[in-house]
Amino acid sequence: MNENLPMLEVKNLQVSINENPILKNLNLTINEGEIHAIMGPNGSGKSTFSKVLAGHPAYTVTNGEILFKGSNILSLEPEERSHLGIFLAFQYPIEIPGVTNEDFLRLAYNAKQKFYNKPTVDPIEFLKIIHEKLNSINMSPLFLSRNINEGFSGGEKKRNEILQMILLDSELAILDETDSGLDIDALKTISLGINDFMNSSKSIILITHYQRLLDYIKPTYVHVMQHGKIIKTGSAELAEELEKKGYEWLK
Amino acid sequence: MINQSNKVLNTNITKLVNQTYQYGFSTNIDKDIIEKGLNIEVIKLISQKKQEPEFLLEFRLKAYKRWKKMLQPEWACLKFPQINYQDIVYYSAPKSQKKLNSLEEVDPELLKTFEKLGISLTEQKRLANVAIDVVFDSVSIGTTFQDELRKDGVIFCSISEAILEYKNLIEKYLGSVVPVGDNYFSALNSAVFTDGSFCYIPQNVVCPLDLSTYFRINDQMAGQFERTLIIAEKNSKVNYLEGCTAPQYDTNQLHAAIVEIVALENATVKYSTVQNWYAGNKFGKGGIYNFVTKRGLCSGSKSKISWTQVETGSAITWKYPSCLLIGDQSQGEFYSVALTNNYQQADTGTKMIHVGKKSKSQVISKGISAGQSKNSYRGFIKVTKKAVGVRNYSQCDSLLIGNSSNSNTFPFISIQNSTTKLEHEASTSKIGEEQIFYFLQRGICLEKAIELMISGFCRDIFTKLPLEFAVEADKLLTLKLEGSVG
Repeated sequence: MNENLPMLEVKNLQVSINENPILKNLNLTINEGEIHAIMGPNGSGKSTFSKVLAGHPAYTVTNGEILFKGSNILSLEPEERSHLGIFLAFQYPIEIPGVTNEDFLRLAYNAKQKFYNKPTVDPIEFLKIIHEKLNSINMSPLFLSRNINEGFSGGEKKRNEILQMILLDSELAILDETDSGLDIDALKTISLGINDFMNSSKSIILITHYQRLLDYIKPTYVHVMQHGKIIKTGSAELAEELEKKGYEWLK
Repeated sequence: MINQSNKVLNTNITKLVNQTYQYGFSTNIDKDIIEKGLNIEVIKLISQKKQEPEFLLEFRLKAYKRWKKMLQPEWACLKFPQINYQDIVYYSAPKSQKKLNSLEEVDPELLKTFEKLGISLTEQKRLANVAIDVVFDSVSIGTTFQDELRKDGVIFCSISEAILEYKNLIEKYLGSVVPVGDNYFSALNSAVFTDGSFCYIPQNVVCPLDLSTYFRINDQMAGQFERTLIIAEKNSKVNYLEGCTAPQYDTNQLHAAIVEIVALENATVKYSTVQNWYAGNKFGKGGIYNFVTKRGLCSGSKSKISWTQVETGSAITWKYPSCLLIGDQSQGEFYSVALTNNYQQADTGTKMIHVGKKSKSQVISKGISAGQSKNSYRGFIKVTKKAVGVRNYSQCDSLLIGNSSNSNTFPFISIQNSTTKLEHEASTSKIGEEQIFYFLQRGICLEKAIELMISGFCRDIFTKLPLEFAVEADKLLTLKLEGSVG
């Protein structure tokens, strides 16, 4: 891979759903080793942006490009983007009855191994791998035998997302309001997990409403999104300012 | 927002659904058929061709008379054009001049067919510990391992053979569980049935092999009316498997079968079906009309009958495997997975009639509907006045895939005894686009995602199937839904 290429380059991105434009000329460049926080009022297009990056079929990209490590990924299927290294931690992780977390995690892990022509692991080998990851974010192994997100508390669901992120070890992690609905202790554990995951060859997009997450995870840049585009970019201090003043003054 | 995603989802569903039917070939062999249509002469001719004893002809004619007076039932949640019963061939048999003594004498063309279907009538089945009886159009082609079974006194043969050789058993039990006039389709079957399987397990015998019947409709104009009779004597036990396929034709073929089971004191019969009749194409053209009456009679105390079915085929399924729980402490079970796709319609369920004291029944039904299909569960739990201490547990779960499928549940409960304990649970869920996207985002492909969700949904049932069937059923469901979601 070319060292100089950014992890992610979004150029003039326009996205609509049912002919309603949501994202309007969005531009963003993220380099390796950077953490970008995206803040902004409800309905400004933050979640849409995260889903478009992951390839959600409901959205139509009407203009622009998304370059991941230099190549355009717009025509790629969601699972291909996942294999290439894009991970989305969902704002509302969905419940999937009848499928255990363990099977799900192993399948996801093996799908990626297969994609890179690496050997897949059997259930016993996998247990070893997953137990280590569970420990790192303080999750009980009992999670494994439960169905995916079924009956999980809000905090458990978010923790499960982080577990998957760590397991798949993707290069670009998009965390959509992972901090929402977490108590202070859970927030700390999750932040630890995220910081542990982060290194100089990875990038993170943090979508959040609250400064408090940024107390634990230091962003390289803070962006403010409104009406489908980024209207202001600053350093970590911008988040503190927003916390005090809200978004009104930016208009 | 939703419309857009629905469009995407439905296109992908269409892709999955378009998986072709792999058993849709037909075989060219010399056939002996009776002209289309049904009247007393045709029935006499069938009976004559089969060299049947007098009592059976009377049985048939009685059934025909009843049928003539009946009307095709319309209460089911099914829509289909009026069937012209005079436009059906009621007897179609591979032509063979003499009675076959062994499988080697069977038409090689026919054996090839079964090879294509993955059924080997020979030694392989032995390894799987399954004895098999194959019914092709209307006639039984060959039954394996008869000698082996006979050592234990087990009789397993075609019903035509049984009619000639075990006249007393047939006279005593045929129609004893499903009387000739029970319903429209059973009356029709009783009048014209041409073959099927017969099985008799003597007292104190645990059948050493699983018994299996394989049904195949080949002829385009032929209806298939087979009849199965299973008798389990005191303290005996048997596992029975049934599989079905048919070639692909544009026209609808009629299948109206009857299965009767009698379990005497302390006997256990487990009957499992994987039904994969041709379901018609993606526009709903062609496919089998499947109207089946299956009923078990737990006549002895502590007897047990268990129905497990995986219904994936047929344009129309009308089928309610039931148990009459007459013996004290007898048990009835019904485990079902019914999957419909495209324009398939299924109205299926069970009846548990409790007469015996402390009789128990359990019903677990899983309906999966995709495409434009309609899938209904219809259940009837009846506890009669004298049935003290009855237990019933029913669970009906429906799973919808896509936005155009339809699922209904019609549970009917009639309790006349206050000591009854009855539970009924029901749920409806949906495989939605967001769930699928969750899998995709984690790098798991669509087919695998569906497979995981479906097999999770059906797990309770698959664990009840014999091992080789469970694998087949799992594969079958995935195949049926391939391309149907996303």
